[in-house]
Amino acid sequence: MNSLRFRLFLILVAATGFVWLCAVGWIYFGSRNKVEHVLDTRLQEAARMVSSLVTNGDIASAGRNGTLPTLEPASYERQLSCQIWSLDGHLVAKSSGAPGSSLTDSPSGFSERVVEGETWRVYAIEDRAKGVRVLVGDRLGLREQLVKDLIKGLVAPAILIAPLLGFLIWASLGRGLLPLSLIAGELQRRGADDMSPVDAGHAPREVRPLAEALNALFGKVEAARRHEREITAFAAHELRTPLAGLKIQAQVAIAAADPGIREAALRQITSAVDRTTRLIRQLLAVSRLDAGSTEEAQAIDDVGDVVREIVEATGTAEQNVTIEIDPALHQLDLRANRELLILALRNLHENAVLHMPDGGKVHWGFTRSRRGGAVLFVEDEGPGIPEDELSIVNQRFFRGRHKSASGSGLGLAIVELALRQIGARLVLANRQDRSGLRAEIVFQESMSSATFETTAERTSACAENQTSTTEPTRPGHSSFRVE
Amino acid sequence: MRILVVEDDPVLADGIRVGLGLSGATVDRVASCADARCALATTEFDAIVLDLMLPDGSGLDVLRELRSAGNRTPVLLLTALDEVADRIRGLDTGADDYLGKPFDLDELAARVRAVARRSQGRAAPGLSWAGIVLEPARLHAMKDGHAVPLSRREFAVLAALMERPGIIHSKQELEDRLYGWQEEVESNTVEVHVHNLRAKVGREVVETVRGLGYRLRTSS
Repeated sequence: MNSLRFRLFLILVAATGFVWLCAVGWIYFGSRNKVEHVLDTRLQEAARMVSSLVTNGDIASAGRNGTLPTLEPASYERQLSCQIWSLDGHLVAKSSGAPGSSLTDSPSGFSERVVEGETWRVYAIEDRAKGVRVLVGDRLGLREQLVKDLIKGLVAPAILIAPLLGFLIWASLGRGLLPLSLIAGELQRRGADDMSPVDAGHAPREVRPLAEALNALFGKVEAARRHEREITAFAAHELRTPLAGLKIQAQVAIAAADPGIREAALRQITSAVDRTTRLIRQLLAVSRLDAGSTEEAQAIDDVGDVVREIVEATGTAEQNVTIEIDPALHQLDLRANRELLILALRNLHENAVLHMPDGGKVHWGFTRSRRGGAVLFVEDEGPGIPEDELSIVNQRFFRGRHKSASGSGLGLAIVELALRQIGARLVLANRQDRSGLRAEIVFQESMSSATFETTAERTSACAENQTSTTEPTRPGHSSFRVE
Repeated sequence: MRILVVEDDPVLADGIRVGLGLSGATVDRVASCADARCALATTEFDAIVLDLMLPDGSGLDVLRELRSAGNRTPVLLLTALDEVADRIRGLDTGADDYLGKPFDLDELAARVRAVARRSQGRAAPGLSWAGIVLEPARLHAMKDGHAVPLSRREFAVLAALMERPGIIHSKQELEDRLYGWQEEVESNTVEVHVHNLRAKVGREVVETVRGLGYRLRTSS
């Protein structure tokens, strides 16, 4: 019953059968009425004809002679029977095969009566002038027979034709469903890895949405798979290079007789292990972000604290870098997933610190976008990103011309992914005032509370706070050094 | 033997530099295609170790330019993409050998020696001339069947002279073979090395051609 063809076949056969039955019923009743009407008319005409033929003398003499003249037998199986009665109740004449008793009691017009076990339909006509009553009747059974024969003639060929019709329906269905079975066959034949699109152009209109949806799905799966392959290839590359470095440095350490060379090699191994660790952590972060589990948003009421925690946790860089956090950040609250935000901020921070020259300054601050959303930004004093690389720098494993020694090429990709899940976006630009990169996180207006001070208010607030801060580098900014 | 290493990973590049240095090579290291082009335009190398994925492009581009400019310096490709198709493409672009990461330091050194040797038209691993035999793989020198202890630089000077006996090598040429860009060269170091070399393998071996440089003495 699951086959579409079989289902359609049953429906079509049932519908055809029903239509046929209706037609037969209609024809049966229609024909019976017609036949009755025609036969009734015939009875009437026959009665009138007989009545017109009867003369007084004939009947009287016949009656007197005591012999009953018999009329010619009816041509169609003696369908019609005729009786001529005198008005005083004597049977004057009757056709052959007609019963001897009176066919009807009614003096004139149509009537039905059972005579000798058979139902007769009789028409009586009375001729007072001639003194006779003419009765013409036929058997109802014969009438039924006639209609039955008619229907039989109609139904018999239909029954003979039915198997042919069934076969035709079955074959036509096969032909009509051919495009479907073509697509089904194509899908069945293709290998599990075959992601080429189904030919939707030749699919019938009804199936085209299905084929197109399938093709879209194939496209998506294929893209996802290609993406995965690329990631794996890049990950392999990015892991193999530090591994090669580790191996060769280890071999140098083994082979070198000079303790200075050996120590330098061991130092390199340590930093390579650090870098590989970071790379693996980032790879795991990417795969977690790729899995796209929707993280719950929660209220973060002090973004400044989050930044400070990150800065303190990342304080292992070897450069002499000063980190500044705008105190206004402490008044910034957001609705976002805390872990994702930390992931994005930490990668931005690491990125900024990695690209810093010795003695540089990383500045964390915030402002508002023209549409009122909060903008968290970090500025470094590194070389920035060449303009032509700005648009591709957040691609995975892209490592720009001004890359650092320990960059993996994943940091900005992670930031981008994490922010997209939070609902914010990353804007990268080179600083206008000096060399360096400014990375902005633009949050949607709805994500931060609307209780922002304007820049002017903040500046004055900072000026008031000036006495309370101990760092002289910039008024109103907490800053500390990362050693 | 002077070798250019084009590799952007600092740890790996440093390892190759120090590691090949241990086997007697002088190694210069650059980290990008642009720097590699610069280095190749100004300095002559005995071999190039070239990484494929560089921050400003593919090492294959550098290789292609090198070959189309007619430079025959042997090139050994390093890459983490060790698909067969990548290897074929690398070799067909003009590379002499191919090594997938991670690799063994000794194997790298041996392959570099091999491609350099081949490019000098030699098939035998050792150098020999007038009773002196050098084994570059072990930095080992013999004269008339007796081992001669040579320092790394002395060995390099002797190897340079023996690779093309009879040809005059200028002092500058020998300095280039001995010192990378980062190393300070004192004005008379080559003279000092030649002096020590003469003391170890015999005065008659290295001949000074006044005003031009040094060569192995041809008429014995």
